[in-house]
Amino acid sequence: MSELEHIRIPEPEKPLPGLSITGDQGLIQWLSSVDHKQIGIMYLWLAVLFLLVGGIEILLVRVQLAVPNNHFLNPETFDQLFTMHGTTMIFFVLAPAIFGFSTYFVPLMIGANDMAFPRLNAFSFWCTFFGGFLLYFSFVAGGAPDAGWFNYAPLNQYKYSSSPGIDYYCSGLLLAGIGTVAASVNFIVTILKLRTEGMGLKRMPLFVWMILINSFLVLAAFPALNAALVMLLLDRELHAHFFNPTGGGSALLWQHLFWLFGHPEVYILILPVFGIFSEVFPVFSRKPVFGYGFVVGSGIAIALLAFGVWVHHMFATGLGNTVNNFFAASSLLIGVPTGVKIFNWLATMYGGNIRFSVAMLFAIAFLVEFTIGGLSGVSFAIVPIDWQLTDTYYVVAHLHYVFIGGSLFGLISGTFYWFPKMSGRMLDEKVGRWFFWLFVIGFNLTFLVQHALGAMGMPRRVYTYPDLPGWGLLNLISSSGGLLMGIAVCLLVYMLFTSRKTGKEAGNDPWDANTLEWTTTSPPQLKNFNTVIPVKSTRPFRDFKRPDDTDWAREGGNDE
Amino acid sequence: MILAGLLDAERPSIFNTASPEAEKIGAVGNGFLIAATAMFLLVAFLTVYICVRYRAKVGSPEPKQTSGNRKVEMTMVGVPLLMIIFFFFWSMKTMSAVLPPRPAHAVPDIIITGHQYWWQADYPAGKFSTANEIHLPVGRKLLVELRGADVIHDWWVPALGEKMDMIPGTSNYLWMTITKPGTYLGSCSEFCGEQHAWMRITVIAQQPEAYQRWLAGQAAAGQLPADTMAARGAALFMHASCSSCHSVRGTTAIGTNGPDLTHFAGRQTMLTGMLKVSNENIYRWLLDPQKVKPGAHMPRFIFPRDSLLALTAYLSSLK
Repeated sequence: MSELEHIRIPEPEKPLPGLSITGDQGLIQWLSSVDHKQIGIMYLWLAVLFLLVGGIEILLVRVQLAVPNNHFLNPETFDQLFTMHGTTMIFFVLAPAIFGFSTYFVPLMIGANDMAFPRLNAFSFWCTFFGGFLLYFSFVAGGAPDAGWFNYAPLNQYKYSSSPGIDYYCSGLLLAGIGTVAASVNFIVTILKLRTEGMGLKRMPLFVWMILINSFLVLAAFPALNAALVMLLLDRELHAHFFNPTGGGSALLWQHLFWLFGHPEVYILILPVFGIFSEVFPVFSRKPVFGYGFVVGSGIAIALLAFGVWVHHMFATGLGNTVNNFFAASSLLIGVPTGVKIFNWLATMYGGNIRFSVAMLFAIAFLVEFTIGGLSGVSFAIVPIDWQLTDTYYVVAHLHYVFIGGSLFGLISGTFYWFPKMSGRMLDEKVGRWFFWLFVIGFNLTFLVQHALGAMGMPRRVYTYPDLPGWGLLNLISSSGGLLMGIAVCLLVYMLFTSRKTGKEAGNDPWDANTLEWTTTSPPQLKNFNTVIPVKSTRPFRDFKRPDDTDWAREGGNDE
Repeated sequence: MILAGLLDAERPSIFNTASPEAEKIGAVGNGFLIAATAMFLLVAFLTVYICVRYRAKVGSPEPKQTSGNRKVEMTMVGVPLLMIIFFFFWSMKTMSAVLPPRPAHAVPDIIITGHQYWWQADYPAGKFSTANEIHLPVGRKLLVELRGADVIHDWWVPALGEKMDMIPGTSNYLWMTITKPGTYLGSCSEFCGEQHAWMRITVIAQQPEAYQRWLAGQAAAGQLPADTMAARGAALFMHASCSSCHSVRGTTAIGTNGPDLTHFAGRQTMLTGMLKVSNENIYRWLLDPQKVKPGAHMPRFIFPRDSLLALTAYLSSLK
C-alpha cells in the first residue's frame, strides 16, 4: 500500500460538478475518477455518443431500403453498417446506459457512499469504453465486421470475411465483456454488503433487486460469449477449426454458444429496465408497486429460465421435433413471468393519482409497445410460426419493439426521472413532450409495418429487394419513421446538453419520490450521505415524509 | 394495398398457402394472431382506461396505498399459463404432422444445395443437376433434402410454409406436398454474404405429366450451337475459363463451382431471380459481373465485344 501513497489520484475535493466537465480539476478529474457518480455519468455519455453513431448507421441503411432496387449503398457497405448498428446498439448503447444508471444509483438507493470496489468500477468503465473504440477502429483498419451482430459461422471465418473487421469484433466485445463481468461482481458485492442498516433484502428498491439478479445473469451468460469469441479468434488467426465444417468443426456450435449468451443477454437488457419502471410507476401513481414480492420472484424466474430457451433462435436449423418441443415449452414458459409484469404495473396505476410527467409518459407507452414486442416474441416460441417468420422483417419488428419499446423507453424514462438528481436541473417537460410524441410516432411508423413486410416474405438483412407489390410502400413508410426517430433523438441530445446548464433548479426531491437517492442533494456531494434516514419499508423516504401514514405501520408494524 | 399484398394469390405471403403443411402452420399462426390481438386489446384498453380514470386532479388526496392482491395475482399468472399450454400442444401436434420421421434410407425427391449466391437442384430420379428455378410436381408428398455448400443458407417459400437452414457439413430434410400448380416465390432467409438479397427462390409447381416432360427435357444433354456465332461462343466457353466452373452436359464443360448451364436459356430468370433471361442481360453480366451483382463469385473476364456477343449467342441457345 505504501507505493500507492506516492501516486496522487486527483479525486475531487469540492462538490461534484454535476454533468459538466468543469470541476476543480477539469477533465483529468473525470478521466481518473473512481467515484461511482462520475463513472455512471461517463457510462451514460458513452451510451449517448454511440446512440448517435449507431443511429446514423441505420439511417443510411434505411435510405438504401426506402425504395426497391436502390443503389445508394453497395452491398459491402450495407453489410458493415447493419452489423455495426446491431453490435453498437446492444453492446455500446443499451448495455452502458444500463450500467451507467446502475453504477450511479445502486449505491445511492441502498444508502452507500460508493461501490464496494471503486477502482474495479473505473476499470469496468474503461474496458467498455476502449472495447467500443476498438470495435470502431476496424473502420480505419480495413473494414468493419460484416456478418451481422450474431456473426454466424462459417460466414465469420476468414475465408468468407477476410477483412479484419471480425477480429476487431472479437477483441472489442471481449474487452467490453471483461468490463461487464467485473462490473457485475462489483454490483453483487455492493448490494449484498453495503446496504444501510435496516434495509433487508425484502426492503430493497426493485431497481436494486433487478440489478442484483441481472449481475448473476451476466456472470453466467458472458463466459459462453467470451469462449466463443476466443474460439473464433483462434479459427481466424491460427487456423483452428472450431466452427469450420470443412476442417471438422461445427457451424452450429457457434449458434449454441452465441445464443446461450445471447438470449440471457436479451433479459440482461430488459430486467434493469423493469427495475426502472418499478420505481417510476409507483412514484407517478402515488401508490406502492403492486405485488413487490411477485416482481422480485418473476425476475428470479426469468433469470433461471433464461438459460434454457436459447434454441428458439435455432428452430429452423434441423435439430428435430424433440429438441424443438422442449425449447418451445421453456420459451413459452418464460413469457409468463415477463408478460405478467405488465399487469403488475397496470395494477400499480389502478386507483392511483397518475401524474403525466415525461418519465411516466414513456412508462405508459412502454406498457403498450412492450406488449406488442412480448406477444410477437411468444409467437417465436411456437415452432410452426417460427418456421414461417424467423429471419424475416417480422423478427426485425419484434426485436425493436423489445429493445426500443422495452429497453430504450425504460432508459429514456429513467433519464427524465433521474436527470434532476444527476444534474440538479430539470429536463424541460414541455420540450420533453414534443420529444415523446415524435419518438413514439416515429418508432411505430418504422416498425409496425415491418410485421407485415415479414409476413409478405421479405427476409431481413437484404441490401435491396425486388419491386413486389406493397414492399416499396411499406419500406418507404418505415424509412420515414426512422427519419422521425432520428430528429427526435437529436432533440433529446439537445435537451440533455442545454438543460444541464439552463434547466430549472430541481431541488432534492422534485417528484415527491420514495427511495433514498432523493434524500440527498441534487447532485449529491462527493460523500453521498452524512446520515441515512431509517429504513423500515421499501419506501423509506415516503415513510420519512409522512410519519402518520408509513408503510411499515400499515403492514402491521413488523419491524424485524 | 398492404392487405392486397398479403392476400393476393400470386404474391409471396404466409396467408396464401399452397400445401397442407403450410395450411397447418398457418392455422396455428391465425389462432395465435387472434389470441394475441385479444391480449393486446385488453392491455391497450386497461392502459387507456386507467390513465383517464385515475389521472391526478388538482387537490386530490393521496390514494389508498394498496400493494397487492393475491387473487388478482393468481389470475394474472393463471390465464396466460393456460394459454401457453394450449399453444404448446397445438405447436407440438402441428410439428409432428409437418415433420414426421423419415424412413431410413429414404431417397429424397430432390436435393437442394445453397451456394453463395445460387441454388443447386439435384434430381436423383433423373440423375441430373440444374440450378435456380426449381421444378416440383404437385399432389405428391415430396422429401426434400437441404444442404449448404459454403456458408449457411436458408430455404423459405412462404406459400409452402416451411423454413429450414442449409448448413454446410449436414443435411436437413423437409416434407412438402404442393397442392396447386403455379410459380411460388421465396428467398434465402439466413444472411449469407454480400448477395444475400439476390438469392431469390422460384419454385415452379407442375402437374405430374408436365413435370415428367420437364424432367425428360432436362435430363437430355445441352443443344448443339445453332449458328456459327453460337458455335464460336461454344468454343470460347470450352477454352476460356467458363467451363472450369460451369457445366453444360454433353460437352467438355464439367465445372461445378457455378450453376449448371445445360438448359440455361430455358429458365425465365438468371442470377437467382435477379434479372430476366435476355440477350441484353446476358451481355451486361458477361461484360462486368461485379457491376451487375457485386460480390458474386463470377470474375470479370476482359473479352472483346465480338467474343461477348458470341458467348451471349451460345448461352441464349441453351434452351
